[in-house]
Amino acid sequence: MLQKRIVVCLDVRDGKTTKGIKFKGNIDIGDPVEMAAMYYEQGVDELVFYDITASAEKRGIMIDVVSRVAKTIFIPFCVGGGISSLEDMKKVIGAGAEKVSLNSAAVRNPDIINQGARHFGNQCIVLGMDALADEAMPSGYRVVIDGGRKHTGMDALAWAKEAESRGAGEIVLNSIDADGTREGYELTATRLISENVGIPVVASGGAGEPSHLADVLTKGKADAALIASMVHFGDYTVPGIKDYLHKENIPVRI
Amino acid sequence: MIAVVDYDAGNLKSVETALEKLGADFFISSDHERLAAADKMIFPGVGEAAQAMKRLKSTSLDKVIREFAASGKPLFGICLGSQILFDHSEESDTPCLGILPGNVRQFSSEMGLKIPHMGWNTLKHSNHPLFKDLPQDKSFYFVHSYYVEPSDSADVIGTSDYGIEFTAAVARGNVMATQFHPEKSGEWGLQILRNFIAY
Repeated sequence: MLQKRIVVCLDVRDGKTTKGIKFKGNIDIGDPVEMAAMYYEQGVDELVFYDITASAEKRGIMIDVVSRVAKTIFIPFCVGGGISSLEDMKKVIGAGAEKVSLNSAAVRNPDIINQGARHFGNQCIVLGMDALADEAMPSGYRVVIDGGRKHTGMDALAWAKEAESRGAGEIVLNSIDADGTREGYELTATRLISENVGIPVVASGGAGEPSHLADVLTKGKADAALIASMVHFGDYTVPGIKDYLHKENIPVRI
Repeated sequence: MIAVVDYDAGNLKSVETALEKLGADFFISSDHERLAAADKMIFPGVGEAAQAMKRLKSTSLDKVIREFAASGKPLFGICLGSQILFDHSEESDTPCLGILPGNVRQFSSEMGLKIPHMGWNTLKHSNHPLFKDLPQDKSFYFVHSYYVEPSDSADVIGTSDYGIEFTAAVARGNVMATQFHPEKSGEWGLQILRNFIAY
């Protein structure tokens, strides 16, 4: 039986894992390669690295990180952030990433999804989508870009379907409303998207305790749940969360 | 010495890093003579069957792989590399290498399951040497929309379940293959590669 995946996300800036803290900005919390090794040992199913490096000159540092991660862990991992061309995708996948995540760049130039899918296969192309509740939209959710700062006129469900038809193999749905609250995932949006596309949906934003993952993997119909702060700061561990989900009769890899 | 066939079908990096980790003696090449001279062959692949067959034919690597299989030396296909070993694939109605008898079928979307079958799924396996020291029901990483259906059920050495029970691993004499990616399946995946290295 196909198991629900637990995906740990690491934001990487200038080669260091970093985490945004409310009112304090970003703090470095460790070396991404060492953290990847630790989560691999703990039995995480997949990792996502988001490059939030501000300057283009320092992007090379990320490729080096990807290449060292690839030598260290033997599970799939995805890289996102700042990928806006086929050339960018080639660098990341050539360094050993299994998948690339396209977010704002795909909104600005949707054809990049087709290009990536043609070149690497659909399974390598992940659509990262930030969504915000908006009653004016047909689905009730609007797509936002640039970390939630910039609104688009796009409907979240329509965009998810378009991305699928263009060749995206998976969608990471990040709820801007839930992100950072630690009060649980946005179940309605996740379920809406997951039930209306034929590709896997990874829920993101709002995880604060193991029951939140159980909710989104059952009621929210997500195929995978993305977590970050929950495990980065030691409040919970990947095996602890999986143990909880297993007891809740949710199929997970143990 | 293990040869990894390079025919520009997806990313070989993960196979390379896994073999390095295991200290295997290997090389990656598309050179006919070097491939033919190897003791063992790994035939990986990600992507689309028709495109892959086209590339294999245009480079005559199809012949090299058939001859290698016929030589009796161990050959290991992974994912698309596993499917292409069979007679025919429903993907773009593609005639394949015909090394293993059987066909490649598409998962039906009618069961309400997501396609591709992507993620970790458990494996039930026979006692083939590829599975030495591997407990039952361990999880492996799959990404595929098609699955193999061997004509000879004796060739099935592993199965998984995705709406239907499907063949996840096959072996016929010196030729073996897995639909899942052992190089991306954590420590149990590495164990299978270790077993192939020792085969």
